[in-house]
Amino acid sequence: MTPALAAELGGEPLFRWSYVRDNLDGPIWESLSEHLVLSFTPVLLGLLIALPLGLACARWTRLYPPVLAATSVLYAVPAIGLFVVFVAFTGLTYTTVIVPLSLYTLSVLVPSVVDGLRSVPEHVRQSAVAMGFGPLRRLVRVELPISLPVVMAGLRVATVANISLVSVGALIGIGGLGQLMITGMKWPGGNYPTPIIVAIVLIVALAVVADLVLLLVQRLLTPWQRAGRGARRAARRERAARLEEAR
Amino acid sequence: MNSIWNALSWFGQSAQWSGPDGIPSRLFEHVWYSLLAFAITVLVALPLGLVLGHLRRGKPAAVAGFLVLSSANAARALPTLGLLILAVVLTSIGDLVPILIPLIALAIPPVLVNTYAGVQQVEAGLRDAAEGMGMTGRQVLLRVELPVAMPLVLLGLRTALIQIISTATIAAIVGLGGLGRYIIDGYARQEYDSMAGGALLVIALAVLTQLFFAAVYRLTVSPGVRSITATT
Repeated sequence: MTPALAAELGGEPLFRWSYVRDNLDGPIWESLSEHLVLSFTPVLLGLLIALPLGLACARWTRLYPPVLAATSVLYAVPAIGLFVVFVAFTGLTYTTVIVPLSLYTLSVLVPSVVDGLRSVPEHVRQSAVAMGFGPLRRLVRVELPISLPVVMAGLRVATVANISLVSVGALIGIGGLGQLMITGMKWPGGNYPTPIIVAIVLIVALAVVADLVLLLVQRLLTPWQRAGRGARRAARRERAARLEEAR
Repeated sequence: MNSIWNALSWFGQSAQWSGPDGIPSRLFEHVWYSLLAFAITVLVALPLGLVLGHLRRGKPAAVAGFLVLSSANAARALPTLGLLILAVVLTSIGDLVPILIPLIALAIPPVLVNTYAGVQQVEAGLRDAAEGMGMTGRQVLLRVELPVAMPLVLLGLRTALIQIISTATIAAIVGLGGLGRYIIDGYARQEYDSMAGGALLVIALAVLTQLFFAAVYRLTVSPGVRSITATT
């Protein structure tokens, strides 16, 4: 595009719109949809397993230290290492990427669920009991909603991390948008930055959108937090006004 | 399952234990690149995080906090593989430098954020007491705030080093030596044994790093601080 950049790449511009035009319906769309499947399935699976596991760890506290140790070791294992090991069990299929990413999601979410449940104040729990809530109703109507902000924070971290980690799968040929990065690197005519940039931009955009959607979901599910904030602000204003009067 | 057992026999072949493609030299390469990137990361991010966390009031502190937190979010969203490939495609300065830049750039945020948060969350009362005892700003930072923030600082360092080890593996696709070579070359030659061998070595290296930091934690975190943060 600009001559200065073109010179550095041996005549190849940094970004060619024509590549996007020509490949939008083909490789770009295909790798984007593969990326969506590969990054959101693990989030769902991880959440489905982390919820009961986290509940169990909060209920039977002796279970938590070993689970925490296992998840923190698991989280340290490089994704590419797990992908390669899982090839032995599930071959070169989507499962090989989905299972390790679900494990990562799990290792982020289990501590979040436990911390969330621990953030429920004791007097709130006791009020629920005093109002005649049984264990299950107390969990669903009181404890889970109160722990939601902490769980959602973990879910946002896991989702964004998954979206960027999927591309590593390209090293074993299952990488969603990561495939476009390899395309750009191994282009027959030499370096071709356009597909690489397309992939990076789409991944970051996907991460930002997913993060915002989760934030929105959290706000919709916890209306009392907003009410609380508004009320606190009103109280502060009132206090300030009273101080003015006193002066 | 069988293929994993076959891969273990890969470790037994004598070819794997000598020469430039042998395990000892590949492991040495991997550790060397990782420690090089880690040292630069620590030199940049640790002092910066300490100083930014120490500034607490006023506009500069607020701006610093915002920038530090957004750097962490950006680093989590940016795909490592893409940055590595882009850095190598766009530059032509030597072999190592373009690979080290993304490696370091992605490792700085965890150190920065955790150091910053650790120092910033030190109780105001502790700081006041230290100042009341006549400590200077530097003494407060190094003798009160840093020891109290130590668990988080170590968490940041551990996250960064493990991320560097993992990214250095991926960097084999752009020509870096190290354990990732077994995975990339094994995939290219369709030899699963070599891929699994490399993967197991990288996993072992990451787990060893984790254990190393657990030991450092025991040595450097004061028992008083440990009892408060025992749950985290």
